[in-house]
Amino acid sequence: MTEFLQQLVNGLAQGGIYALIALGYTMIYGVLRFINFAHGDIFMLGAFAGFYLAPATLKLFGAGPSYAGAALVLLGAMALCALIGIVIERLCYRPLRDRPRITALITAIGVSLLLENGGQLLFGADPKSFPDLIVDRALDLPAGWGPLSALTITLSQVLVLGVTLLLLVALRHVVNRTRTGLAMRALSLNPTAAQLAGVNLDQVIMFTFGLGSALAGAAGVLISIQQPSIDPLMGISAGLKAFIAAVLGGIGNLPGAVLGGVLIGLLEALVVGYLSPTYRDPIVFAVLILILIFRPAGLLGTVQKEKV
Amino acid sequence: MASRSNVVFLVVLGALAVVSPAVGHISPYYYDIVVSIGISMILAASLNLINGYTGQFSLGHAGFMAVGAYASSWLTLRAGTPGGAGGAVVFAGALLAGSVAAALTGLAVGAPSLRLRGDYLAIVTLGFNEIIKGAIQNAEPLGAQRGLGGMGKYTGFFSTFACAALTVFVIHNLVRSTYGRGFLATHDDEIAAESVGLNTTRYKIAAFTIGAFFAGLAGGLYAHFKQFIHPEAFGFTRSMDIVVMVILGGMGRMVGVCLAAALLTVLPEVLRYVSHLGFLPEWLRHVAENRMIIYSLLLIVVMIARPQGLFSLKPARARS
Repeated sequence: MTEFLQQLVNGLAQGGIYALIALGYTMIYGVLRFINFAHGDIFMLGAFAGFYLAPATLKLFGAGPSYAGAALVLLGAMALCALIGIVIERLCYRPLRDRPRITALITAIGVSLLLENGGQLLFGADPKSFPDLIVDRALDLPAGWGPLSALTITLSQVLVLGVTLLLLVALRHVVNRTRTGLAMRALSLNPTAAQLAGVNLDQVIMFTFGLGSALAGAAGVLISIQQPSIDPLMGISAGLKAFIAAVLGGIGNLPGAVLGGVLIGLLEALVVGYLSPTYRDPIVFAVLILILIFRPAGLLGTVQKEKV
Repeated sequence: MASRSNVVFLVVLGALAVVSPAVGHISPYYYDIVVSIGISMILAASLNLINGYTGQFSLGHAGFMAVGAYASSWLTLRAGTPGGAGGAVVFAGALLAGSVAAALTGLAVGAPSLRLRGDYLAIVTLGFNEIIKGAIQNAEPLGAQRGLGGMGKYTGFFSTFACAALTVFVIHNLVRSTYGRGFLATHDDEIAAESVGLNTTRYKIAAFTIGAFFAGLAGGLYAHFKQFIHPEAFGFTRSMDIVVMVILGGMGRMVGVCLAAALLTVLPEVLRYVSHLGFLPEWLRHVAENRMIIYSLLLIVVMIARPQGLFSLKPARARS
C-alpha cells in the first residue's frame, strides 16, 4: 500500500512538470493548428537558463540557497524562454504561415534538432549538475496517518507541485479573464472571424509563443530542482511525453493538457515501480497510439469535422 | 514509359555487373562508403514513396529497417554459413523474409495511420519506431541490449546496388502506373481524391507496406555488411537521417532523393576530415564534428527558401 502511494506521489510530481510543458503544446496548437516540435527543447533551455542564472542570483541574497533567489531564477528563466520562443516564431514559423502544414512541421523538427545540437556545442554534451536553489529534505509526516506516514515526500516535490498549481491558476486567469486571452480563444475558435473582429493575428501568436515558452522554461527549472542533472538532450523525452499528454487530454484543450500530464506522470511512475524502466517509453507510446485510434479527440476534446 | 525504364533498369544491372569486380579492389574504407551509399539510396527511395509521393509523414523508417535487419540476421544465423551458391540462396531467402516481415510491420503501422494526418502521424510513426526498438531491447533471442553479431558477410557492392536499382525501378514505375496515380492524388488533395472514388486509406496503407518492405531490404543488406547490429543503430537519429535525405532531395523527386542520399552519406566523412583541418577556427571544427547542426540548419533554410529540394529546377507542386 505504502509503495503504491509512494509511486503516486512521485508520479504526481513528474506529472505536474509534464502538464506545464503540455500546456504550451496545446496553446500553440490552438492558435496555429501546428505542433511545435521544438517545445521540448525550450524546456531544456529553461533548465540551462536556470543553471547559468543561479550562481549570480543566489549571491544577491547571501551565499547559500534561498527562496527569494530560487523565485528570481525561475522568473529569469521564464523570461529568457519567452524571448527565445518569440524569436523562433518570428524567424522560422512566421514566413511559413500560409504554406502547407507539413512545411511548418519539418521546420519545427529542424529547429528542434538545431536547439539540441547547438546546445551540445554551446553547453557541452555531458550532463551538468544543477546548483541547489533550495535546501531539499524529506518532510516529517505525522505518525498518526496510517500508511501515509511512511511515505517519503521531499520539500522539492511539494514546492514543485505548489509552483505548478500557482502557474496553472495564473494561466487560467490570463486565458479566461484578460482581453489577450479572449483574443487567443477567439483565434482558436475561428481565425477568420477573429481577425474580422479586430484581433491582431501576429500579436496574439507572439503572445501565445511567449506564454507557452515561459511555462516550458519554468518546467525546466522545476525539474532541475528535483532531478539536478541536466543535459542538452533532456528536452527530447520530456517534450514527447508532454506532447502525448496534450493529445491524451485533447489537443487545444487547456484543462485536458493538465489532466493528460498528470495521467502520464502517474502511468510512468507505476510502470517504473511495478514493471521495468525499459518498458516505460514503449508503454507511454502505446497509450498514445491507442488514444489516437479509439478517441482521436482526446479525453476532454471534441471531435472536429474537416471542412472542404 | 514503362518499357524505357525496363531497358534502363537492365542496362544499370549490366553496368553494375561489369564494374563490380573493379570496385572490389578499392580500399576497405571507400568500399564501406560506397556500399553505405547504396543502402542509403534504398532507404531514401522507399521513404520517398511514403513522405514524398503519398504526402504522408513518417518519422519511423529506421524501425522497419530494424525489423528487416533482425529478421534476416536471425534466419542466416540459424542457417549457418554455407559457402558458394548455398550462401547466396540463404542470403536471398533471408533478405526476402526480412523484407516481408518489415512489410507486415508497415501494414500494422499503416492501419492506425488511416485516421491521422500530418503532425499526428509523424509522432505515431516515431512512437512505433521506439516500440520496435524497445521490443528488440527486451528480446533475449535477438541479443537484447548487447546487439546481434556473427552474420556472414554476404552483402557486397553488386547486391547492394542491384537492390537499390530494383527499389528505384519498382517505386518509379509504381507511381506512374494507372493504379499508382492514386498515391499522387492522395498527396495532392485527399478530399478531391476521395470524391472521385479513390480509396485514399488503402493508398496510404499500401505506401507504408511497400515503403517498409524496401526499408527491410536495406536493413538486411546493412546487417550482412556490418555483421553486427544494435538496437541503438535503428533509433530516431537514423530515421531523421533518412527524412533529411528525402526533404533535401525534394519530396517526390526520385533523382534528387537518390542524389541527396549519396551526398548525405558522404558528408559525415567529409566533415570528419574538415574537423581535423588545423587552420580552421576551433568553433567551426566543432560544428563540423556535429553533422546534425548542419542538417538542422539545412532543413530550416530549405523549407523557407527552397521547399522543392536542393536539386530540382521545377517549383514545388501546389498543395491544399
